[in-house]
Amino acid sequence: MAPDGHQPHPGTGPERRRQAMGVLAKATRLELEQAWNGLPQRPEAVPVRGPETGLVMVRGRIGGGGAPFNLGEVTATRASVRLEGGTVGHGQSLGTDGEKARLAAIFDALLQLPEHAPTVERLLSKVSARIEAEDAQRIRETAATRVDFFTMVRGDD
Amino acid sequence: MYVAVKGGEAAIANAHRLLADRRRGDRALPSITIEQIVAQLGLAVDRVMAEASLYDRAIAALAIRQSRGDMIEAIFILRAYRTTLPRFGYSVPLETAEMQVERRVSATYKDLPGGQLLGPTFDYTHRLLDPSLLHDAPVDEALQREGGQEPIMRVADILAGEDLVEDDGALPEGHVPGDLTREPLEFPMPRDLRLQALARGDEGFLLSLGYSTQRGYARTHPFVGEVRIGEVEVELDMPELGFSVSLGRIQVTECQMIAQFKGSAKTPPQFTRGYGLVFGQSERKAMAMSLVDRALRAGEFGEDVVAPAQDEEFVISHSDNVQATGFVEHLKLPHYVDFQAELDLVRRMRREYEAARGDKTDSDIPEAAE
Repeated sequence: MAPDGHQPHPGTGPERRRQAMGVLAKATRLELEQAWNGLPQRPEAVPVRGPETGLVMVRGRIGGGGAPFNLGEVTATRASVRLEGGTVGHGQSLGTDGEKARLAAIFDALLQLPEHAPTVERLLSKVSARIEAEDAQRIRETAATRVDFFTMVRGDD
Repeated sequence: MYVAVKGGEAAIANAHRLLADRRRGDRALPSITIEQIVAQLGLAVDRVMAEASLYDRAIAALAIRQSRGDMIEAIFILRAYRTTLPRFGYSVPLETAEMQVERRVSATYKDLPGGQLLGPTFDYTHRLLDPSLLHDAPVDEALQREGGQEPIMRVADILAGEDLVEDDGALPEGHVPGDLTREPLEFPMPRDLRLQALARGDEGFLLSLGYSTQRGYARTHPFVGEVRIGEVEVELDMPELGFSVSLGRIQVTECQMIAQFKGSAKTPPQFTRGYGLVFGQSERKAMAMSLVDRALRAGEFGEDVVAPAQDEEFVISHSDNVQATGFVEHLKLPHYVDFQAELDLVRRMRREYEAARGDKTDSDIPEAAE
């Protein structure tokens, strides 16, 4: 495992990075490619690890909240890259798309650089907005199938 | 002496070529795409993922296409594929309470926080063939309604408020979840390992066992506390970063079965529970799993083990359809030598039998003459 030699800039705490990586994992490959191609200058990124595809054993909990058990595996792909300045980024996502993981790793690294962070933030907002819109639509579609119970008054005359 | 017989190479190659031809079928028809299988035969894809114990829709669809729609063959292919991949680790346990719910129904409470959400269900359809699906008729978009933001409370938590239902299911402190992909099965096994086996078990087998408990073979008087289907986040610990990150979301189906409540010297009367959790949208499987999980807990509640569904070794040893198909289907492979040996044996026994009968007949004659 490569040592992570980055110096986090003040605006990027671990929680912010954690959230950003989660959004990058849910980005589509197209979203990442478009953002990458839209960069004014694309930095050199050397692969540190991968992209490699493997399995993650997903755990559930007995009864939903009890002791963990192994439910089954998911395919996952991860990649780590190092930028010219030495900043290391990690990308990870469900599925088998190596290029997507590599691009996610690059954006994770860029987010740690103050000069690139705003560009990455724009990408993150765009992806988050898309996911929120999709979720909201799902919620509304499900809400339309909610049962509204009513009582019928039955006369016994 | 054992003489190896070789042959059939050309026949096998030609058979596989014929298989590819038949799989493609009428060349005048367009070939079905992986995307079409994922989008339009989604529940078949889900079943293959669940029983292969590998969540990846595109790969499961590929396996379905490759197997010509033979589900167990597709499951087998996926199981073989997973052995080629390294294991990155174990996820943080899923939080089904925080599920992005697409369907949630309860048979125990009519009005419950979050409501009865039917979602995309076959329930209440009339199971009449729909001729409109013979053609590519346009389909209406789903309706939408505002106001679906209410938290969808777990039914187990509603009952737990009164202490009338057992807890979610704890195991001793420090218990490491068993993993049947790493360790051979040993009986008796803890509940976590049983649930792993049931989650990948054959739907038909578990359905029949669950049904048997309803018909009186280990009756548990079950109610569906709730079934919920939706997406949950999968998080993986990243040791190099010191925190866990999301890999994305997967769809799962969860069933909380609430069952009978005898109580014992140590526990007051309260409802007991069976749990089902399955990849994808698979309500029937999750329900069957929860019934069998509950039946297999007979020992815990001091119930008599009298029925197949309560017999852990029987259920768990026979629930995996890849193992089952391997052992059943191997019977069609050449057993020429085995059979020759048995044939010789039967011939010898027959000679002895006939010889003995001949003797008896001979000795009978003088007896009869007496």
